[in-house]
Amino acid sequence: MENNQKKITVSVWRGGEDGNFENFQVPFVEDQTILDLLTHVQRTIDNSLSYRFACRVGMCGSCAMRVNGKPRWTCRTLVSTVVQNDELKLEPLSNLPVVKDLVVDMEPFFEKWQEAKGRFEPSDSPVTEFVPIKPDDKQRQKADEAIECINCGCCYAACDVVESNPAYLGPAALNRAWSLINDAKDFANPERLKAVSGDGGCQNCHTNSQCVARCPLQLNPTRSIAGLKKAVSLATLKGEI
Amino acid sequence: MSNRIEFKLWLAHRLSGMALGLFVVVHLAGMIIAIQGGLSSAEILQRTSGNYALGVFYSLFTIAAATHSTIGLRTVAREVIGWSGISANFFLIIFFLFLCAMGISAVGGLVL
Amino acid sequence: MKTNRDKKEYWASFVQRWSGVALALFLPFHFVVLSLILQGEHVLDGFLYWADAPLVKFAEAGLVGLLAVHLLGGFRLLVIEFFAWKEWQGYLISIAGVGATATGCLFLLRAF
Repeated sequence: MENNQKKITVSVWRGGEDGNFENFQVPFVEDQTILDLLTHVQRTIDNSLSYRFACRVGMCGSCAMRVNGKPRWTCRTLVSTVVQNDELKLEPLSNLPVVKDLVVDMEPFFEKWQEAKGRFEPSDSPVTEFVPIKPDDKQRQKADEAIECINCGCCYAACDVVESNPAYLGPAALNRAWSLINDAKDFANPERLKAVSGDGGCQNCHTNSQCVARCPLQLNPTRSIAGLKKAVSLATLKGEI
Repeated sequence: MSNRIEFKLWLAHRLSGMALGLFVVVHLAGMIIAIQGGLSSAEILQRTSGNYALGVFYSLFTIAAATHSTIGLRTVAREVIGWSGISANFFLIIFFLFLCAMGISAVGGLVL
Repeated sequence: MKTNRDKKEYWASFVQRWSGVALALFLPFHFVVLSLILQGEHVLDGFLYWADAPLVKFAEAGLVGLLAVHLLGGFRLLVIEFFAWKEWQGYLISIAGVGATATGCLFLLRAF
């Protein structure tokens, strides 16, 4: 109960692209997540606060925002692990347009996902024999991690290259393309290889690994992008695309 | 129109980088050996005059270095100061040609 | 706001970029100096005499260090981009830093 008496100051971004921080005093509760804290603010202090969430258990990827400057999934981030000097700063994800308060418009993010041909494309002709995909298959293993992405947008918000080049497809979309390039049941190549090497393509990646640092699932989009660079390079040198 | 020119430039940057990896190791080693006891024109010319293999090596080195640095600067210009398009490309082509011309003429002067 | 930059890969990329820019800008001067040989040995010797000053030698060692760090960092990038990703590659950043410092020091030792 002693902890319940302790208060922390939470600065929350209010407004759209133009706005300002509003401070809230909230009780510090052990084992409370950032999302719990926001729900507390909305229910007891200011019900006009906007933020986005759905599953609350780290599966849907909708609750990401910047916590003390770093993009995080808020449903699986404990306040106690990120609070500094009894203060917390919550802002919407960077590199995406702000709708209101902590909610960003994810449309550019998913548009780039489509642009990178992130959609599975089956064969044109009816499949008579399904390709067996074994767990120890080399190609399957290359996509092993990449398919776990939940599209929370943390990597996209953390990416220095997206910040300096808005055309860049970003880590999530390229990681998705990499998982499909390694899918024996997908038939979108070589078009997908072309799609990931346009002006905003994989070659823009500077291997900063900010996406790796910020991925809540500890995936490695930088490795996926490196895989794309090599695949596109070989296809280009061979004159296939 | 191919819109994959950016990727091809990146690939040229990496391929020239691979070549430079080899050139620079030789260059660094040669340089550290050569500087012992100070440098003079006579000493340099004694090593380089008539050494056509060295001439070919350094001519290729020059072209690779000019390619690599021009493409690298192009990316930095775009991402750091937002300078891209015709004016940037024009300037960079001049830079590339200047490097090639100066570098190869110097190699010619040392070897021939 | 730079609160988001806590990976050594960020700094590797930062060093790679700016050492590259420094080397690219040094290149024209390097070639111009070598071209002095075309105007006669005494012209280049005049420059080499000036370049014998200790301060210039330190600056040169700095350039050699930049070249070495760009070479080793570039090697790391090529390994990541064109070979399979392995966890040990994280150590390549430290190797690049140590290797470049060692090369710079070796140059200084030989230069004096």
